[in-house]
Amino acid sequence: MAELSKKDEAVDATPNVTEVETVDAATAEEAVAAIEAPVERGEPILQVRNLVKHFPLTQGILFKKQVGAVKAVDGVSFDLYQGETLGIVGESGCGKSTVAKLLMMLESATAGEVFYKGQDITKLSGRALKAVRRNIQMVFQDPYTSLNPRMTVGDIIGEPFDIHPEVAPKGDRRKKVQDLLDVVGLNPEYINRYPHQFSGGQRQRIGIARGLALNPEIIICDEPVSALDVSVQAQVINLMEKLQDEFNLSYIFIAHDLSIVRHISDRVGVMYLGKMAEIGTDTQIYDHPTHPYTQALLSAVPVPDPESREGRERIILTGDVPSPANPPSGCRFRTRCWKAEDKCATEVPLLAIPQRFVGKDTPAAHESACHFAEEKDVVHAA
Amino acid sequence: MLLEVRDLQVEFRTRDGVAKAVNGVTYEVDAGETLAVLGESGSGKSVTAQAIMGILDMPPGKITGGEILFQGKDLLKMKEDERRKVRGAEMAMIFQDALSSLNPVLSVGDQLGEMFIVHRGMSKKDARAKSIELMDRVRIPAAKERVSQYPHQFSGGMRQRIMIAMALALEPALIIADEPTTALDVTVQAQVMDLLAELQRELNMGLILITHDLGVVADVADKIAVMYAGRIVERAPVHDIYKAPAHPYTKGLLESIPRLDQKGQELYAIKGLPPNLMAIPPGCAFNPRCPRAQDVCRTDVPPLAQVSEDRQSACHFWKETLRDA
Repeated sequence: MAELSKKDEAVDATPNVTEVETVDAATAEEAVAAIEAPVERGEPILQVRNLVKHFPLTQGILFKKQVGAVKAVDGVSFDLYQGETLGIVGESGCGKSTVAKLLMMLESATAGEVFYKGQDITKLSGRALKAVRRNIQMVFQDPYTSLNPRMTVGDIIGEPFDIHPEVAPKGDRRKKVQDLLDVVGLNPEYINRYPHQFSGGQRQRIGIARGLALNPEIIICDEPVSALDVSVQAQVINLMEKLQDEFNLSYIFIAHDLSIVRHISDRVGVMYLGKMAEIGTDTQIYDHPTHPYTQALLSAVPVPDPESREGRERIILTGDVPSPANPPSGCRFRTRCWKAEDKCATEVPLLAIPQRFVGKDTPAAHESACHFAEEKDVVHAA
Repeated sequence: MLLEVRDLQVEFRTRDGVAKAVNGVTYEVDAGETLAVLGESGSGKSVTAQAIMGILDMPPGKITGGEILFQGKDLLKMKEDERRKVRGAEMAMIFQDALSSLNPVLSVGDQLGEMFIVHRGMSKKDARAKSIELMDRVRIPAAKERVSQYPHQFSGGMRQRIMIAMALALEPALIIADEPTTALDVTVQAQVMDLLAELQRELNMGLILITHDLGVVADVADKIAVMYAGRIVERAPVHDIYKAPAHPYTKGLLESIPRLDQKGQELYAIKGLPPNLMAIPPGCAFNPRCPRAQDVCRTDVPPLAQVSEDRQSACHFWKETLRDA
């Protein structure tokens, strides 16, 4: 516990966005060396700046012309510190999975930068990019479709070694895969089995083992437990926390289950329609939310206690999330917000510590993109 | 009593063997009451509901025992054409995935109107007017314009409202909602659950809510039946169960929810995996995962013991479990 609170303090003291110390690497060797250099615990390892991803909407078959764009991610900035877990929450369509894909470079960003140890990975290529890719791995949502049914578990977990043979020379691979199975709590003798012979929770463990194979520094988890049964979810969450301590990993944990995100995260970012609405430590976000969307989101979560049924104030939002192809002007949440005024339609609120809380020693002093940010304790309202 | 399920048994005969999906389930729902059926995938909660509705795939499914009394009449003894009259008119079901439960090539108006044409013999025109009225009732904006749109033109929350509208069309006495909000975001889930609760009050319907979400249950249920491996392991009024569970499985489920004061600690996890329904362990099905298991649990199936007047637990050691809770 003592160690944990120390970690919490370190995180509390760090702002969301710090200055990027860029590394100018003239040659590929220098770039790779910078990427392989260790980062100290609590220092920023990944810095995302104004990340944008627009998916074009086209019309016409022969002569395609762009008629618009789905603004899936529209200017997102945040830092990930070494050894921490950053939770990202939001409704479906808010862009949280697109952020994950951009960080993995499975999609190329329309604009913006992602600095990994000071180097913009969106501009890297060749050996340097390969080195970055080894260090950022992903665990997917659906353990049923993210494992190839025609490959054995050994082949699935060992496949990353084909691309990065320097991690495990050919003769060692089988042993290494068995070690990985052991680490994630599966019997190493299962190495020749196929995915269909495992349950959902066990398959997710296989997915985690594959993510760990290349000794990455960052693991991006996109809804890693939402396809699992309640009693199995807790097992997988415990495993992920154990592995984080053991291998000194940094997690980006994307999920829609707010109570699980709170449990695992050191800091939490709330996304709405391609933008970050609010970001802060778990206590700041859950106990002192200042953005109306965060407040509505938290109040909508059912509390597993029938005694709280009466008296709990719930903010029920009306309507649906607007289309990201045609987002509202100004603040994107204003169409569903009960506080919205004229200003919200014209001025885009910036993600910053609200003016009224600047310099104050209060947990409400964290970044929130709202013109009328104020505290409202929704979770314990009774 | 509106609906009484008595010792229902369902099995699936497949190439690989017989899967015992439901092994003696007993529960009841009264008018205006909400029963939450809680359980993991494979616990038999949905199969029980399908047996009540009479939409079980037979074969491979087979009801091998028990009775389902609906307003005093045994549904299992009815002829298919009698059951057809009950289904939709007297009891209706809301499914989890609205997109795959709605017909993509028919407009929502056609699908809603079909209820009135088939069961009430209305004309197409009257049925359309009724459909608009229903869509208004479940608060779909601009119902008049949207009645001729197709399911893909609606958002997830709106589609689930259409499912609710369809279930409510003929004002049934009983609604079975199978994971109605699992596919929805929390803000939309809150809207849909509110709507459902309001309509239930208005029409004094009985509601069976099938879910695995302990939060939703705490919000809306009057009583709970917890299922495991095709059996009811605990039945109780909602307040009792959250205060002090009388079955180790219920206790495990409640404890595996992340709580504020446990931040940074390991979550309580029920060890092991849910059983294979083709090879349910002898004795209590939960015994290989139970922290309290003794020899007797491996040999004797625990009966549903009466904990209090309106509460039962199928555990040999319910007294100890309740005391430690």
